[in-house]
Amino acid sequence: MAQDTKIEVALHCPVPVPAKDAILLGHGSGGRMSSDLLQSIFLPALQNPVLDQLNDQAIVEFGGARLAFTTDSFVVKPLFFPGGDIGTLAVNGTVNDLAMGGARPLFLSLALILEEGLPMDSLRQVVESIRVAAAIAGVTVITGDTKVVEKGSGDGIFVNTSGIGVVAPGINLSADRARPGDRVLLSGTIGDHGITILSQREGLEFAGDVASDTAALHTLVADMLIASSEIRCLRDPTRGGLSSSLNEIAARSRVGIELDEKAIPVRDEVQGACEMLGLDPLYVANEGKLIAIVAPDAAESVVAAMRNNTLGREARIIGTVNESHSSMVTMRTRLGTSRIVDLLAGDQLPRIC
Amino acid sequence: MKYLDEYRDERIARGLVAEIARRATRPWVLMEICGGQTHTLMRFGIDELLPQGVEMVHGPGCPVCVTPLETIDKAIDIASRPGVTLISYGDMLRVPGSNTDLFHVKANGGDVRIVYAPTEALKFARANPDRQVVFFAVGFETTAPANAMAVWQAKREGLKNFSMLASHVLVPPAMRALLSSRRNRVQGFIGPGHVCTVMGYGEYEDLIREFHVPIVVGGFEPVDLLEAILMLVTQLEEGRAEVENQYVRSVTYQGNLHAQKILGEVFEVCDRKWRGIGGIPESGFNIREEYADFDADRIFGTQGVTADEPAECISAEVLQGLKKPTDCSAFGTRCTPEKPLGAPMVSSEGACAAYYQYRRHMVAAKGAH
Repeated sequence: MAQDTKIEVALHCPVPVPAKDAILLGHGSGGRMSSDLLQSIFLPALQNPVLDQLNDQAIVEFGGARLAFTTDSFVVKPLFFPGGDIGTLAVNGTVNDLAMGGARPLFLSLALILEEGLPMDSLRQVVESIRVAAAIAGVTVITGDTKVVEKGSGDGIFVNTSGIGVVAPGINLSADRARPGDRVLLSGTIGDHGITILSQREGLEFAGDVASDTAALHTLVADMLIASSEIRCLRDPTRGGLSSSLNEIAARSRVGIELDEKAIPVRDEVQGACEMLGLDPLYVANEGKLIAIVAPDAAESVVAAMRNNTLGREARIIGTVNESHSSMVTMRTRLGTSRIVDLLAGDQLPRIC
Repeated sequence: MKYLDEYRDERIARGLVAEIARRATRPWVLMEICGGQTHTLMRFGIDELLPQGVEMVHGPGCPVCVTPLETIDKAIDIASRPGVTLISYGDMLRVPGSNTDLFHVKANGGDVRIVYAPTEALKFARANPDRQVVFFAVGFETTAPANAMAVWQAKREGLKNFSMLASHVLVPPAMRALLSSRRNRVQGFIGPGHVCTVMGYGEYEDLIREFHVPIVVGGFEPVDLLEAILMLVTQLEEGRAEVENQYVRSVTYQGNLHAQKILGEVFEVCDRKWRGIGGIPESGFNIREEYADFDADRIFGTQGVTADEPAECISAEVLQGLKKPTDCSAFGTRCTPEKPLGAPMVSSEGACAAYYQYRRHMVAAKGAH
């Protein structure tokens, strides 16, 4: 056939456009593009010893107390979804960022950016959710701000919350403290929140008994800290999922992490949706789960303490910190083989077929 | 979870591996056609399980990877025009054209949207009569029927603001092109399960007659692939060359006749350029003359757009199964998913991206591959 010559013609694609000229959605994904933004724009300008820690919260000593301080902005579509709404997320997200530093959350600020035309009922509903979530978490909203932007300049409601908490003496949780031999603990099923949000998106409505896992985790953290003083690091794997949090810990601690695929709990509904869309639950967002890096001898007792709390009922050991493949997260698959669990560049995109 | 756990069962998988090792008395080179199958091989580390003599090379079945540069340029051109909404599947947005990609078009104010089905694009067109809605349709025979259906429906409804930039490719002509090459190493194929769900597997019998090569239509789970590999090795060891169907839970001999009917109604077979391979006769679908009012290429006058594809990497050899991604000196260093030199590193279905994402530690552990 005539193709014989044609087939040997090498056709290639050019070097693509580097994502440097403008902000792309991927810069907000929590993956490598987010990290690049941090390294190339924010840190060079704002570098200081506290910020350099790059933990979910800053911990500073002030007037004899150890204060934890954090801030987070919430943009979610749709605003209301099974298991919660943007208000619930805004409280729990910031409470969790404080809790991951071992802090007892105390106070929140609340800033709202509202889009012209937003139904007043929606605002009422979100504020009621904030009230309820704050009451459950035991935090008080002590200051706030509201701005309104023109229709088309926002997406209904954007929320920012900042939080202050106190950290007891002796608690020192940080992403750079993982050591070879440490165990990786996970408090429950992964992917519930992200798949719930996807299932509500226009054009993708799929049935299924799945709800966001949004929850304030500080009581779970408190129980864990009572059970052991050998907890090195806590992270709530939100955007970017389990994989992004673990890659961050591996990089900051200069260690490898090996996961056991069989040990990672995923609900059937979530697994099914991921299979359908070509997504990997390891990269799907959670809003009520935590990862703990714990010294090997303490791991079992911490798991036991977690299981006694309703937020950690399905807690288990899912992996081990190691020296090999420095800063690489790998996984022992169901088939007993090994594969990499990489940090994604940007957002996880559904495959074509 | 049913239909999943049993196809990812370690005991069954290891049993199949042992059987493959027992049957294989000499080295064989096999190719999986689909990007989805490559993805499974890498994600589950099946290359680590297979006996040394059984080598898998990776086929051209990643729709994103083989979409020619000029088609991406056309999509970018159309998406940049005022009043246009370009809608596509997620993966296409990241693929670079000559100067930019669709993500950047979006960031610069272009209306570019991701959907999961072309009918969503239709829905958008109905709801937004003031916008010209263009669906960027790429993919193999698998995605083609739904796209054909969208065009068919648009014509039936008399929609004036919906069109399709179609760049469909067909598997059997690509296999013929690979087998015709004097550099071909492939001795057996795992056929594309989802393509065959639509098209059946009758059309592969011509290839077998012509090239005497066994083809086993395979699924996408680890046990599917191992079973297909075992069936191929068995045929090769016995000197047979037949079409067999491993993916019986989805594929029939005739395929989906309704889907084929709508394909024939809306599309016609045409010559098509494949990135990394070149022009292959009768290897694509174009929109028929009767549906010209829905053909974005004609409506926006982009038929003449061409693009030169400069030589940077070995993607041509990779897409033909002549080389492994790890044979490339740029792999993992100058070429990564963030800074890809070639299309197979861009798409999550691409062979280079699959190696990079799941397997590069094994490459490092073994030294040079």
